[in-house]
Amino acid sequence: MSVIPDAPDPFARDRGGPAQPLLSVSGLYKHFPVRKAGGKKQVVRAVDGVDFDVLKGETLGIVGESGCGKSTTAKLLMGLIERDSGSLLYDGQAVGERVMPWRSYRRQVQMVFQDSYASLNPRMTVEQSIAFGPKVNGVPGREAVERARALLARVGLEPKRFAGRYPHEISGGQRQRVNIARSLALEPRLVLLDEAVSALDKSVEAQVLNLLLDLKAEFGLTYIFISHDLNVVRFISDRVMVMYLGRVSEIGPSDTVLDAPAHPYTEALLASMPSLDPDNRTEVALLAGDPPNPIDPPSGCRFHPRCSLAEPVCSEKEPPLDTIGPLHRVSCLARQPGSGHSSAPARALAA
Amino acid sequence: MLIYILKRLVYVTPVAFGVSLVCFLLVHLAPGDALSAVLPADATQETINEMKAAYGFDKPLPVQYLIWLWHVLHGDLGTSIATGRPVLGEVSRAVVNSLILASVATLLGFTFGTLFGFVAGYHRNSVADRAASALSVFGVSVPHYWLGMVLVIVFSATLGWLPPTGAGPDGSGNWRPDFDHLRYLILPAVTMSVIPTGIIARTVRALVADILSQDFVEALRAKGMDEFGVFKHVVRNAAPTALAIMGLQLGYLLGGSILVETVFAWPGTGFLLNAAIFQRDLPLLQGSILVLAMFFVVLNLLVDVMQTALDPRIERA
Amino acid sequence: MTAPITAASMALDGGVLSTGDAAPEAAFVPSRGFWGHVGHRLVRDPVAMGAGAVILLVVLIAILSPWITPMDPYKGSMLRRLKHVGDATYWLGSDELGRDMISRLMLGSRLSLFIGVTPVLIAFVIGSAIGILAGYVGGWTNTILMRTIDVFFAFPSVLLAIALSGALGAGIFNSIVSLTCVFVPQIARVAESVTTGIRKRDYIDAAKLSGASPLTIMRVQVLGNVVGPIFVYATSLISVSMILASGLSFLGLGVRPPEPEWGLMLNTLRTAIYANPVVAALPGVCIFVVSIAFNMFSDGLRAAMEIRQ
Repeated sequence: MSVIPDAPDPFARDRGGPAQPLLSVSGLYKHFPVRKAGGKKQVVRAVDGVDFDVLKGETLGIVGESGCGKSTTAKLLMGLIERDSGSLLYDGQAVGERVMPWRSYRRQVQMVFQDSYASLNPRMTVEQSIAFGPKVNGVPGREAVERARALLARVGLEPKRFAGRYPHEISGGQRQRVNIARSLALEPRLVLLDEAVSALDKSVEAQVLNLLLDLKAEFGLTYIFISHDLNVVRFISDRVMVMYLGRVSEIGPSDTVLDAPAHPYTEALLASMPSLDPDNRTEVALLAGDPPNPIDPPSGCRFHPRCSLAEPVCSEKEPPLDTIGPLHRVSCLARQPGSGHSSAPARALAA
Repeated sequence: MLIYILKRLVYVTPVAFGVSLVCFLLVHLAPGDALSAVLPADATQETINEMKAAYGFDKPLPVQYLIWLWHVLHGDLGTSIATGRPVLGEVSRAVVNSLILASVATLLGFTFGTLFGFVAGYHRNSVADRAASALSVFGVSVPHYWLGMVLVIVFSATLGWLPPTGAGPDGSGNWRPDFDHLRYLILPAVTMSVIPTGIIARTVRALVADILSQDFVEALRAKGMDEFGVFKHVVRNAAPTALAIMGLQLGYLLGGSILVETVFAWPGTGFLLNAAIFQRDLPLLQGSILVLAMFFVVLNLLVDVMQTALDPRIERA
Repeated sequence: MTAPITAASMALDGGVLSTGDAAPEAAFVPSRGFWGHVGHRLVRDPVAMGAGAVILLVVLIAILSPWITPMDPYKGSMLRRLKHVGDATYWLGSDELGRDMISRLMLGSRLSLFIGVTPVLIAFVIGSAIGILAGYVGGWTNTILMRTIDVFFAFPSVLLAIALSGALGAGIFNSIVSLTCVFVPQIARVAESVTTGIRKRDYIDAAKLSGASPLTIMRVQVLGNVVGPIFVYATSLISVSMILASGLSFLGLGVRPPEPEWGLMLNTLRTAIYANPVVAALPGVCIFVVSIAFNMFSDGLRAAMEIRQ
C-alpha cells in the first residue's frame, strides 16, 4: 500500500513478471566536453557504451577504480545528468518518455549518496529532510512527519532522540542511516547506493550493510550497489559488474566473477586487494600505474597497456561483451573463441 | 600570456560597451529636458527645435546612442553646455589633478597598509595586531569627507600649518611638484589614504598570517633558512594580491574622489562632476563619468594581467 | 586470498543502534538549529553586543525623537547662533542658524538611518532574487544576468551613486533609488556565488530525485542555506550605505534643508569651522559612530556564523 495519495501509481506494482529485468540499460553514453590548454575542444569519455540489466530482487554490485565511470553511470541512471544516448527500460517501460516521465520513474528509483553530510541539508532537521520527499508528492505534512519518524525507527534511530537533530549533530553512520531512510520515504522498488558505506568506519560499515540487507528483505527492494571495495561487494551482491574506463569489462554472478574472474582486469583488481593472509601476500603489483586518460583511451581493448595477456591483436580489435558462461559475460579477446588471440579458447568449447 | 591578455580583452569589450550605454542613458534618466537648463524660459518653440536639432536630441534614442558612440570613439565627448568648451579638454585637465591626488593617496595607503599588515600578520593577537585591526575598521567606517573637515579644523583653522583648500597658492587649477604646491596636497591626500590603508592592512595581515601558517614556511625554517630569507618568501607570496588591491584602490579613489575634492576644493574630476551636476551640464556629466568608468575598466584589466604575470599559481589558460 | 566479510562477523547489530556507532549516551539536548547557534554565539561576543547596543540606542532615538527632543529642532535665533558645546541651554551648542544641535542631531538620526538602511534592505531583496535565480538556473540566464551586473561593477560605487543621483536630481527618493542601484549588483554577485556553490551539493540532487519542482527546491532547500551569507554581506554594506547616503546629502544631492540630516548638517556647518569647530564636526561624529557600530556588528555576525558545517 502506497502512502503517496495520487495512486494508483501503475509502476508501484510489478508489471512484467519476475523474468523481466527491473531496469534494463543499453547503449549508455556520456562524454563531457573539456577544454585543454591551447583551447582545443576534447571530450572525457566517462561512460562509453554501457549495457546491463538489473534483475528483480537482486543486488547488482558495480566495481572499478576511481574514474572508471561508476558514479557517472549512477547519475545517468537517476537522470541527474543527461545521457548523450542510450535507453533505460524500467520494468519494460522506456524512461523519460510520455508513459513514464522522470518524475514517476524517480518514485520507483531512489539513491543514497556517498557523502552522508553533503547529501543532507544542513539547515533542516533529520525529520524534515526525510519528510520532504513525501510532502512534495502530496502527502499532508503531519502524515509525512509520522512516516519520517517511522522510517527513522526502522533504520535504528530512535525518533525521540534523532528526529529534531541537525546533520552536524549526529555521527557519520547515523547520517547515512538517515539518508537510507530518506531514500525509502517514497517507497521505491530500486535503490541505488553510490559508495554508500565507503566513508564509514569498518564496524559502522558492517552495521549499515546488515541494515541494508534487512530492509531489502522487508520491503522487497532491488539494489544497485556501487563500491570500490571488493570485500563489501562480495558480501552484499548477487551479481557483480566490473567497469574499466567507461566500459563494462565483466559481469556475472558474484561467486564466479570474484572467485574465478575471466577478465585479466578483474583478476588484477582482486590481486591488488590487501590480503590478511601472510602466506598469500601479493608479490608483484599486477595493476601498475594509473588508469589511462579517459580523454584519449587506448585503441582496441582499453586495458591492453596494463594487461599481462596483451598481444598485438588487443590494440587493434575492440573486444565485444560476450557470454562465456551462465549469466557470465566478459569483454576480453583472450576469452573469446575465434578472436585471434593466442590463448582464446577453441570455438567448439563455447558452443 | 598573450592569449590570456587577448581573452581578457574579449571579455572587457562588451563590458566597456555596457558602460558607455549606461553613461549615455544617464542623461535620459534626467527629469526634464537636457536643454532646459541653458535655454531661456521664454524661448520659442522654434528656438527649442533648432537647439534640439543642433544637439541631435530630435532623433530616436538608439540612433542618438550610435551617433554619440561614434563621436566618443573619435575622441569627441561633446561640448559643455555651460561653458561651450569641448568636454574632453575639461575632463583631461581635471583627470590629471585627480590622478595626482589619488596616486599619492594610494601610495600612502599602500605604504602604511603593508607596514601595519605585516606587523599584525607576524605578531598575531598582539597589541600591534589589535591596533592594526582597529585602524582598518576605522579606515572603512570613517566618513572621509568628515575626516577631511576635521583635518582642516585641526591643521588649518586651529594650528594654521597647512592651507585648507585649493591646489596651489595662486589659486590656479594646475598642480606643480614644488614645495608650495606640496603643502596643498598633504591634507586631501592623507584624508583619501585612510580607506586604502585600512583595506590593505586587513588584506596583508590575512595574507601574511596565512602564508606563515603554511607547511612550506615550516620546511624553509627546518632547512635552516634565516628569518630574513623567510620574510623574502612571504613578500614574494603576498605581493601579487597586495599590488592588485592597490591597483583597484587607485581606481576607487579616482572615481570616489568627489566628496573629498569638494571638501578641499581640489580642481579634479570630483569638482568637475559637482559643477556639472549643479549646472545641469549633462554632456559634461556624461563625459566625465564615461572617462572615469573607462579608466576603472582599463585599470581592472591591467591589474588582472599584472597579477597573472606575477603569480604563477593563477592559471593563464 | 583475503579475509572475506562474513554474515557472522557482521552480525554485531540487530538493526537498532548499538556501541559501534559511537552514539553519545548523553541526555537529550533539544537542537537549537543554525540561527539558534548563531544567536548563542553572538550574545557571547562583547564587541558585537556593544555595537548592537549602540545601534539599538540610535534606532530608539530615531523612533522617539519627535517627542523627546529638548527643544524645537527647526526653530532658531540668529542672536544665539553657534553656541559652544556645554552651553547651559544648548547642551551640544547651536548651529549656524541658532538651532539646538542636540535636538537636530536626535531628529537627524531618523533621516540618516532611513536613507542609509533602506537602500540596503531593498537591494537585499532584489539582489538576492537576481543572484539566486542566476546561480540556481545557471546557463544562459546566468550569463546574461551576470554580464549585466559586471557592467555596473565597472563603476566605482561612489561614482555610480553620484552619477545616478546627479542625473536623477536631488531628493530623498532619488538618493535611495541611486544607492539601491549601487548595492543590487554587489549583493547579486554574492548571492550568485553562494547559490552556485549550494547548487552542486548532493542534497539538492537528492531533492530533485524526490520529484520537487525547481521552485520548491529553491524555496525550501536553497533559500535557507544562502540567505545567511547574503544577509551578513548586506549588513556589512549598511556602514558604506550610511556614509554614502549622508555624503549625497553633504553634496546637496539628498535631503534638502531645513530637514535635519547628519550629512546635510555637516555641509551647512562648514562655514562655521573657524567660529565653532567642535560643533561643526558633531554630525560627522554621529555618522562615524553609527557606521563603525554597523561594521563591528556585521563582523561579529560573520564570526558567529562561521560554524562548522
